[in-house]
Amino acid sequence: MSVLVNKNSRIIVQGFTGTEGTFHASQMIEYGTNVVGGVTPGKGGSSHLDKPVFNTVADAVKSTDANVSIIFVPPAFAADAIMEAADAGIALVVCITEGIPVQDMVRVKNYLSEKNTRLIGPNCPGVITAGEAKVGIMPGFIFKAGRIGVVSKSGTLTYEAADQAVKAGLGISTAIGIGGDPIIGTTTKEAVELLMNDPETDGIIMIGEIGGSMEADAARWIKANGTKPVVGFIAGQTAPPGRRMGHAGAIIGGAEDTAAAKMKIMEECGIHVVASPADIGSTMAKALGK
Amino acid sequence: MNLHEYQAKELLKKYNVPVQEGIAVDTVMAAEEAYRQIKTQTGNNFAVIKAQIHAGGRGKGKIEGTEQRGVVVAKSIEDVSNVAKNILGHKLITIQTGAAGKIVNKILIAQDVYYPGPNPVKELYLSILLDRTKGRNVIMYSTEGGMDIEEVAHSTPEKIFKEWVHPGGTLQGFQARKIAFNFGLTGEAFKNCVKFVTNLYNAYVGLDCSMLEINPLFKTSDEKIIAVDCKMNLDENALMRHNDLAAMRDVTEEDPTEVEAGQYNLNFVKLDGNVGCMVNGAGLAMATMDMIKLSGGEPANFLDVGGTANAQTVEAGFRIIMKDPNVKAILINIFGGIVRCDRVAAGVIEAYGKLGNINIPIIVRLQGTNATEAKKLIDESGLKVQSAILLSEAAALVKQAVA
Repeated sequence: MSVLVNKNSRIIVQGFTGTEGTFHASQMIEYGTNVVGGVTPGKGGSSHLDKPVFNTVADAVKSTDANVSIIFVPPAFAADAIMEAADAGIALVVCITEGIPVQDMVRVKNYLSEKNTRLIGPNCPGVITAGEAKVGIMPGFIFKAGRIGVVSKSGTLTYEAADQAVKAGLGISTAIGIGGDPIIGTTTKEAVELLMNDPETDGIIMIGEIGGSMEADAARWIKANGTKPVVGFIAGQTAPPGRRMGHAGAIIGGAEDTAAAKMKIMEECGIHVVASPADIGSTMAKALGK
Repeated sequence: MNLHEYQAKELLKKYNVPVQEGIAVDTVMAAEEAYRQIKTQTGNNFAVIKAQIHAGGRGKGKIEGTEQRGVVVAKSIEDVSNVAKNILGHKLITIQTGAAGKIVNKILIAQDVYYPGPNPVKELYLSILLDRTKGRNVIMYSTEGGMDIEEVAHSTPEKIFKEWVHPGGTLQGFQARKIAFNFGLTGEAFKNCVKFVTNLYNAYVGLDCSMLEINPLFKTSDEKIIAVDCKMNLDENALMRHNDLAAMRDVTEEDPTEVEAGQYNLNFVKLDGNVGCMVNGAGLAMATMDMIKLSGGEPANFLDVGGTANAQTVEAGFRIIMKDPNVKAILINIFGGIVRCDRVAAGVIEAYGKLGNINIPIIVRLQGTNATEAKKLIDESGLKVQSAILLSEAAALVKQAVA
């Protein structure tokens, strides 16, 4: 089971033959992910990493029946790549690309509203279902199979959380890196909802950052619908207002964007909020009575 | 990326958005010449002198150690010379610059817009920004122009209007008319406002702004609508398709250490604490700062070294952090996934060796691929570096270092 991706997912790589695409696609294949081909405009008909290369996503879908795409296309062309995948009927698009202009994402979000495509990212580490499929750039070995789901805006902090969960004697079902940009395809709330409904997930780690209201929205949903323990952490308690902290979305604009405001709402909604990132794994174990 | 008022106004003119006309200068002599030109154009002795810095509150702000304000009305060429002398090259301290203030390198000599005419003038407010929740651009506007808009939003929220723009198209005519009606405008001013708002929205999208604020948006006594001040913030991710805009960056407005870090592809933000940190990934970097605070220290910086933590980036990171004399300890926190921890450890040792005289405690926490080998490398290096694998161990070492 698990969510979003599994061993039966049929995955194509957009930006397949580029440096990033090549490196991460081979890592994904090594992990056992079912990569069925890739897309690089102009290189259709050739073969790369022993997989077929197509000129368009539509061609790739026709030949391989792909239902998942991962995007390593440079930022100037990434919005186009997402829309191409959606147009070809891909059900799940994972966009790794960092640095896409915000106005491009405004158009993408509007485009996707009329399609049956779920977007994860951009500017994210991707999605991994432990032991089944790695559709992302995360180091696979950290994610030992188990029953904890992870939702996170950040890459290395996801690895940190997963590692702590594994060291606390738990393991990971699916980890979803939703991305750190102001506009992303799948929100914290939507990702939490997927894991809440997953019979193979017993607890959820939710990692957020300063900026925006996604964690608060997720917390309110959890309060109303939650059936499993959720451990939450918000990075940026010490971040000054008005400064962009690496991620384009990590900037304190108003009073509700601060870590303190988010943590307060999350606590009020019954989430086990940790102040220190070092306590994520142990708190999850405690919440599950382990 | 922030632009100066005079730069933003030049850009707005290209989109046919009327602005308060002015000339940006950097010497007293040029200021006098600019005043003469403005006077000829307007037939009016009045002109406004505006300090150009990347911070608001200029009108109430004062030049360090004097009573000189950052925005002043001048009535004569003597006024202009005196004010220009007082401001140029001096530090302007406003509510937004903090106590350090900012050096004024340019002033804008601008036309006086309060000239007499048949009708009363109006000061309005309008800004365009991204509504993250809706994934749409929103135009926020109010009849209460020229004031601190956050104060207006707080005390009289009913005076703030919002108009969301459909991402499939541009600002619709009915929306522009609604804004002009809500401003209480009629006749020529109404027509001018519809054009102004439509062109302004096109500028916002065309220039890839992340924020565009006109305060005040001004109705003159002869029914013109003009931008008297303009705060423009550009989306850095979009600069790749705007070479002309990228060239407008004023690095003198930025922290020199942050500029230097950018040259090494390091993402650095200077803070006021005593524990420096070097981390891979923005989220983990913020989390590490939080952990420093919880351990009794204060973070001295945000520093994301990105995906490749090698000897060069670590060395550059060390140099940049150690420029700050307040730093009492440095924590390196790397979660090695695809980058192997033993390689990072070798990089740390190499960088440490190159720099030589590091006399503050260094704590290195490496977790992930080959973490144990990495710890062994650090421990056997003979350097005064403490190592950790777990985040909780690193926190304990920071606690000791700042105690």
